[in-house]
Amino acid sequence: MIEIKNISKTFLTAENEVQALKGITLTVNDGEIYGIIGMSGAGKSTLVRCINMLEKPSSGTIVINGKDMTALNEKELRAARSKISMIFQSFNLLMQRNCLKNVCFPLELQGMKKADAVKRAKELLELVGLPDKAKSYPSQLSGGQQQRVAIARALATDPDVLLCDEATSALDPKTTSDILDLITDINRRLGITVIVITHQMSVVERICSRVAILDNGIVAEEGKVTDIFTRPHSDTAKRLVFPDDPGIVTEDEKERLVRAVFDGRTSADSPLIAQMAISQNIIANIRSASTKTISGKLYGSMILALPDDDEIVRRAVEYLNSQNVITEVL
Amino acid sequence: MPENNAWAEALEILKNDMPLALWETFYVTVVSTFFAFVIGMPLGILLVAGEKNGVLPLPAWLMKTLNVIINLLRSVPFIILMIMVFPVTRLIVGTTVGTVASIVPLVIAAFPFVARLVESSIRETDRGVIEAAQSMGASPFKIIVKVMVPECVPSLVSNATIAITTILGYTAMSGIIGGGGLGKIAINYGYYRYKYLVMLFAVVIHVLLVQLFQGIGTRLAIKCDKRIKH
Repeated sequence: MIEIKNISKTFLTAENEVQALKGITLTVNDGEIYGIIGMSGAGKSTLVRCINMLEKPSSGTIVINGKDMTALNEKELRAARSKISMIFQSFNLLMQRNCLKNVCFPLELQGMKKADAVKRAKELLELVGLPDKAKSYPSQLSGGQQQRVAIARALATDPDVLLCDEATSALDPKTTSDILDLITDINRRLGITVIVITHQMSVVERICSRVAILDNGIVAEEGKVTDIFTRPHSDTAKRLVFPDDPGIVTEDEKERLVRAVFDGRTSADSPLIAQMAISQNIIANIRSASTKTISGKLYGSMILALPDDDEIVRRAVEYLNSQNVITEVL
Repeated sequence: MPENNAWAEALEILKNDMPLALWETFYVTVVSTFFAFVIGMPLGILLVAGEKNGVLPLPAWLMKTLNVIINLLRSVPFIILMIMVFPVTRLIVGTTVGTVASIVPLVIAAFPFVARLVESSIRETDRGVIEAAQSMGASPFKIIVKVMVPECVPSLVSNATIAITTILGYTAMSGIIGGGGLGKIAINYGYYRYKYLVMLFAVVIHVLLVQLFQGIGTRLAIKCDKRIKH
């Protein structure tokens, strides 16, 4: 278990102080994939660096499996770090070493015998799907392949925790999806706790079970991903979950906008809006929709334009709620 | 004809003196460069690693002192430095004259220069890679030995080439204090005895040597750089 307790971090620059983190408290359970999301400058990279003490927090404690990271001396910290691996946006491979030797690197640091290290590294390259790239140099690989090597390297020391700092932000959508599948697979197979730092909602949606939304150094909202995706409360969460909203300001005085959120309780087969028109005689205009079907169930949200009539809006909301659709009158 | 005589005389001198001079220049250059790196390389690494945000932060006063000493040594013209370090030379070699004696001032003049070259190479190390090594629990020493230096090898080779060609130039000056080599030939025959042809030949060979070292160095630097797709 990772307990982040009241972490603050202040950077001193020549002119002033910058408070990057202002009292963050979070708990990450063993074996889960936990997301930390926020816009640039929200403090998420600083927070993840506090977990393995690459940044020393100004105050607060980080307790990993009962061990207070902030209380360790340099030597103890180095030992603890070997069980907390990290992957990065820019992969950070050693460019003058081939892939096999890159994966061997953390084992070399631990003083493992060369033959054993090579054997382990080969297994790991196999695990990440690159057994044929052992002798290739990072510069000869694509971004996605480099990140796979970085993942293999991160797993070499049998870590308990994997920190992913914007690990897919430099990759194209298809490669991102492959890397996320690999991370999920590793999490399931090896039971490693994964903390994912990202600014992409799609990443959180896809692999995380719980998420914390960071805004300006504080946790704006925290909870299960399904809850936050269907009922975001904070403005920051709403901006992230419904990024299209600001564009849909109604100029027509004669209509009212309602957001309908589908959380998988409705079947993708039922023509809900048409049904509402027939059974309730309410004509709704779909302004925008971003939904997807996962195993026959509907997920996502749409913005409906309804006539500007309190009674009609009330009935529409009632009907949608009765169909397990979450609504919000905008 | 007097001109033909000059040519013949020059060729005769070259034939007698050149093989030894070439060897002396070569060996003084290589040995001096070697010792300049033995001293300059750790200093150059410390100049980067010892900074406030480096992997091995050292006290500010120590860094300041190191920088001042390097700058001081670099600002003394070599020809004066050679004479200034006579006591040191005598202490180490037993004499201040001759080829071996010329190695001492060469090393003293070159190591601060090498330290600066190494510093600029090591500074190129990607911060992200250092951070990755730190996240794996690497000690500052391991980061220096296993990350910073190996990652900068191509740049270090390029800079070593600059160092060796510069030191080659210095060896010519050491002819003044009795150091052997091409410089001695050029100065003794060309300057003291007005045999310009001999001097010209010595200079041409010197230029060729620089070209040779530079050519090999550049090629090596490219060849060992794994970032370049071959």
